[in-house]
Amino acid sequence: MTTMPAAVPLGHVLALAAVLFGLGLAGVLARRNLIFMLVSVEIMLNAAGLAFVAAGAAHDAADGQVMFLFVLATAAAEVSVGLALVMRLRRQTGTLDADAADRLGG
Amino acid sequence: MTALFYAAAAVAVVATLLAITRSSAVHALLYVIVSLLAVAIVFFTLGAPFVAALEVIVYAGAIMVLFVFVVMLLDLGPGDGGGERRLLRPGTWIGPAVLSGALAVEVLWLLSRGPAGPAPPGTVAPRVVAMALYGPYVLGVEIASMLLLAGLVGAYHLGREDRP
Repeated sequence: MTTMPAAVPLGHVLALAAVLFGLGLAGVLARRNLIFMLVSVEIMLNAAGLAFVAAGAAHDAADGQVMFLFVLATAAAEVSVGLALVMRLRRQTGTLDADAADRLGG
Repeated sequence: MTALFYAAAAVAVVATLLAITRSSAVHALLYVIVSLLAVAIVFFTLGAPFVAALEVIVYAGAIMVLFVFVVMLLDLGPGDGGGERRLLRPGTWIGPAVLSGALAVEVLWLLSRGPAGPAPPGTVAPRVVAMALYGPYVLGVEIASMLLLAGLVGAYHLGREDRP
């Protein structure tokens, strides 16, 4: 860590990213409400972006931040389609339970 | 800076943990917004001020507001009527308020150190990020633009009303 004087060790940042990713994964696995599942996916994407930025900062390079911008664009596209699907499912089944969508095809 | 990182990291973990365990979607969204703001401070302490600003503007400002809009459109939650009164009960907002108050203390502490001088070593300036983004990564920008266009068209197609 010669490039980051008086800075946080890379391992601690990566540990924070891992914890946030694990929390998001637990949310996806445990919750059945589609809104919560989408939010948990957002948390996981954000944790991945945090790992990118931490690695970029550790090497004093801009590439990590560039990758975070791509993660941001992916998250925006994913959430727009995901929320449209949620509204569609709610209109057709009247619920937000993910298990209600086990039969596709209307 | 180091203490700042650990405080923001603790706020992020606590807010995320509370977010995925709430039963009400609006409460969870409030906690997720606090968590994203905390991660923005983490980015700042890592020497990435441009990404920290984007995290607040795009993630907490645009994506989460989209979530809030959809939750309001779907009218979740038990019963209607008295919705605002229920939202304004202290039990609803005291948790996010305390956590974001901790973040506000950190920001005030940063501001109280006087006008920012030259950026500390280890900071990657926005100019460098932009040069990399539109230099070697310009193909990725094009792909991201196509992805966003596909997302826009897909969301429009899925979200429109069925015509008889």
